[in-house]
Amino acid sequence: MAIGWYLVVSALIFCIGAGGVLTRRNPLVILLCLELMLNAANLALVAFARMHGGEDGQIFALIVMVVAACEVTVGLGLIVALYRRRLPIDVDELHELQG
Amino acid sequence: MSAVLFFIAAIGALVGAIGVVTLRSPFYSVLALVFHLISLAALFLLLRAEFVAAAQVVVYAGAVMVLYVFVVAYVGGGEELAAGTALRILGPLFALAVAIELCVAMLGSGLKGISSKGAPYIAGFGSPAHIGRLFLTKYLFVFEVASLLLLVAAIGAVVLARRRRGLEPYDEDFELAIHARRPAGTGTMAEGAGTRPAPTAAPQPEPQESAPPPPPEPEPVES
Repeated sequence: MAIGWYLVVSALIFCIGAGGVLTRRNPLVILLCLELMLNAANLALVAFARMHGGEDGQIFALIVMVVAACEVTVGLGLIVALYRRRLPIDVDELHELQG
Repeated sequence: MSAVLFFIAAIGALVGAIGVVTLRSPFYSVLALVFHLISLAALFLLLRAEFVAAAQVVVYAGAVMVLYVFVVAYVGGGEELAAGTALRILGPLFALAVAIELCVAMLGSGLKGISSKGAPYIAGFGSPAHIGRLFLTKYLFVFEVASLLLLVAAIGAVVLARRRRGLEPYDEDFELAIHARRPAGTGTMAEGAGTRPAPTAAPQPEPQESAPPPPPEPEPVES
């Protein structure tokens, strides 16, 4: 398959994730949609690595996975802290966080 | 053959992604994301990224998703209200606009690289040996920074999610509410496994174990 097809799939996954971040209100699902967007970027990176025949893009994808794992850990820690403080698990109700 | 595999994996990845966004219960969203990640690993294999595909399945679909499942089972999804009218209409429109723009940009770019099948395959491309050698020579600094980042994130999660007994007064009702069974329809683990009745059933009040036993009945005095 041509590399362009992989890029199209990656773009579609990214847009689905972006739409999910905008429309859902549960922070857990918003984190899941962020994962979708990061994975779409990973797919594009690996596709470009294949196109150029170098492995640097795959290294980049692995580092993106590390950063995504860190983001998930901190995000889920925040959600558990919210639940412990009996705050609503809803991003629209948490507007006081904006500063 | 590779075209058939590509379309199967691509459709699987897209269906999984749509499932994550549209399913109401967070538990099912997590399961859809697992399906999406495994399909994506198949795409990585088609792109000759063996090590990335293996790491995707083991680290992402395995470890990270288990973390998600535990938090969903702990917090419970709850009934989620729909987003406000403006976002509910503008969000999908925005996503559609970005999708159209990206597809036009890529398919109409006329770049020779993206219409080729990629560079000629060298034996061992993307294998763990090659990736490991790159990580320990050219990208050594990146590797060390990544490990430091993981350490900071682990400590941060522990600090964020720990119990702050010293700061808040101990609330017995809240402790009971945390340890009691959740009402039906909130996306707990038991519901996902199908071992609990349908969400339409009225939630039964759970007898609280720590409640003091009723005082013994005074024995009737026989006269």
